[in-house]
Amino acid sequence: MSAREEILDRIRAALSDQPAVPPVPRDYRRTSGLDAQALVALLVDRLVDYKANVFVEESDGVSGRIGGLLAGAGQFVIPPGLPAAWLAFDTEPARAVVDSLESPLSIARLDAMDAVLTSSAVSVAETGTIVLDGSADQGRRAISLVPDHHVCVVPVESIAGILPEALQRLDGTRPLTLISGPSATSDIELERVEGVHGPRRLDVIIAV
Amino acid sequence: MSQVSLGMPKIASYGSGNLFATEPFPQAAHRELANTQLRANLGHATRTIREKRIGVVSELPDWEELREAGSVLKQQVMADLPRLLVQLEENVTRRGGTVHWARDAQEANEIVTGLIRAEGATEVVKVKSMATQETGLNEYLEEQGIAAYETDLAELIVQLGHDKPSHILVPAIHKNRTEIRDIFLAGMAGVDPELTDDPRQLAMAARTHLRRKFLTAKVAVSGANFAIADSGTLAVVESEGNGRMCLTLPETLITVMGIEKLVPTFQDLEVFMALLPRSSTGERMNPYTSLWTGVTEGDGPQNFHLVLLDNGRTAALADEMGRSALHCIRCSACMNVCPVYERTGGHAYGSTYPGPIGAILSPLMTGIEAEENNSLPYASSLCGACFDACPVKINIPEILVHLRGKDVDAQHAKRKLPSQMDVGMTVAKVALSSGRNLGLAEKGLPLGKLAAGPDRLIKRLPGLAGGWTQSRDIPAPPAQSFRDWWKKEHVPTADTAAGTGENA
Repeated sequence: MSAREEILDRIRAALSDQPAVPPVPRDYRRTSGLDAQALVALLVDRLVDYKANVFVEESDGVSGRIGGLLAGAGQFVIPPGLPAAWLAFDTEPARAVVDSLESPLSIARLDAMDAVLTSSAVSVAETGTIVLDGSADQGRRAISLVPDHHVCVVPVESIAGILPEALQRLDGTRPLTLISGPSATSDIELERVEGVHGPRRLDVIIAV
Repeated sequence: MSQVSLGMPKIASYGSGNLFATEPFPQAAHRELANTQLRANLGHATRTIREKRIGVVSELPDWEELREAGSVLKQQVMADLPRLLVQLEENVTRRGGTVHWARDAQEANEIVTGLIRAEGATEVVKVKSMATQETGLNEYLEEQGIAAYETDLAELIVQLGHDKPSHILVPAIHKNRTEIRDIFLAGMAGVDPELTDDPRQLAMAARTHLRRKFLTAKVAVSGANFAIADSGTLAVVESEGNGRMCLTLPETLITVMGIEKLVPTFQDLEVFMALLPRSSTGERMNPYTSLWTGVTEGDGPQNFHLVLLDNGRTAALADEMGRSALHCIRCSACMNVCPVYERTGGHAYGSTYPGPIGAILSPLMTGIEAEENNSLPYASSLCGACFDACPVKINIPEILVHLRGKDVDAQHAKRKLPSQMDVGMTVAKVALSSGRNLGLAEKGLPLGKLAAGPDRLIKRLPGLAGGWTQSRDIPAPPAQSFRDWWKKEHVPTADTAAGTGENA
């Protein structure tokens, strides 16, 4: 008998008492009821708590802010579908290097990049979580991982109050990365230290 | 195996690997308790995490509702496990992954080794995984000539220190910063000799040490926190980014996962991702969570293998009282609140799973009679702090008592003659069966008083009861019992007699 059949048989035998289970009580909050202003305020508070750098910008200020944050960087990687207006600061010779599914950069090349600029799919205000889903304005998972500095734009309409609202807006079968602050560890005496293997600097621009 | 197809109940298949206490818990605990540095480190770390956890848990107005939902969801998963596992397998396969099934630790290790060999690799990077810790994968791979590099900081500390994990979330919780610095200086090639014990510097040393490995690894081995049946999606919850590195950069990813890790739907993550980070690291959300479904062309590993591991889980499932131990989402909150764990540390439990959850999970997975695992259900004061802290409401104290009962039954079955405890219990059964019998037994109290002598303390009891007086004295019993005293003090009058008659 195959391991598969044997394990399934073992499980069926273990459940021969046919345990009865009540329906799942979903009495927890599934909406937050917060307006846009409150969502932005909450998200900023939570991101700052994680030691991310947070900026709130009107749409005409986004490009300038990105330019300021990337002022010290040499080349930086971008996904193929970023809004062109965000890159207005990047004058010739362009420092932005495009990575796409069709023509991906090698890992070594990504490692040589000073920064990465992406948009984001959904954010969760209550937990300070930004979700990337691999869409054209966010790119492959590797690009937001290998460079040490991540500049991430959060469009205000993509902010959800709490996790249940955010999950409803996502396709679970896309490669998803949930980011809550820069990489961190609590492995030494359970004290949180920011910055390990993921990007050590996380700049978030909330575009209102 | 023919009895299965005949519909007969099958004898439970117990787990193997690193699930055993190799010496009785009291003996191991005595030794660990003598390590004052260990106790100081553990006291500091568990106090820190308890405060953080309570802060973020009390922030949520619906924490209890989330716990209840998590508990019932896991009950549903267990009751519907065959269907959900097959559904998971179908979805992973449809999305380009390959699913393997492993009956026990040995089979899982062999499958993983075969997959690594098929890629022609001689080294792998690993994301912290309880399942592969349980199967002893690293040691097995080493025997097979394959180097496994742990990339979680705490696992790295344990690996470089040739040590064993002592906590499921922070395996190096028993080491303080200075000890960690010394381990790095001794075991990390090319480390800066000026390295201090500042946690930030230590984390940076780990980054430098592992960076090249991440960028060049061909094969990664991970565990999984959740597997979503209705989409075939796997989730790994982490902090450092070592998980993302392993799950994203190598060409081949092998994930080893216990069969109980399922959740029915993607939306159900709204419950578990609220419960897990707050219960484990005391954060509103952990820094990184990766979710992937099979293979995504052009993004991440292009070969994905999922190994589904039984290794005694079905034996635990067969125990109606104990099966809820499988609801565990490995947050470690029960360890951090346990007065026993806080003092003995994780090594005293022997198994990969220490603390209150380990004290039930290990004997459930191996059978109560395996090695010294029957001592584990006694590694508790039954105070119930673990039950209160458990995000999926596993009633650990109740299962501990249940397993103590199983142990007593197992001991009975082995013995031909009644033990002292049996005799004592038989006597107690008679004495406590009626007021009259108890009254008669209490006539013996003055004898105890006599035995206590002039200092009114009994210092040593004979036989089994001697265990009690090993570390404490018993005050002399009173000259008369409460009943005798009551009779003398309360001579019934007409109205009190009527009143007590009514209420009795």
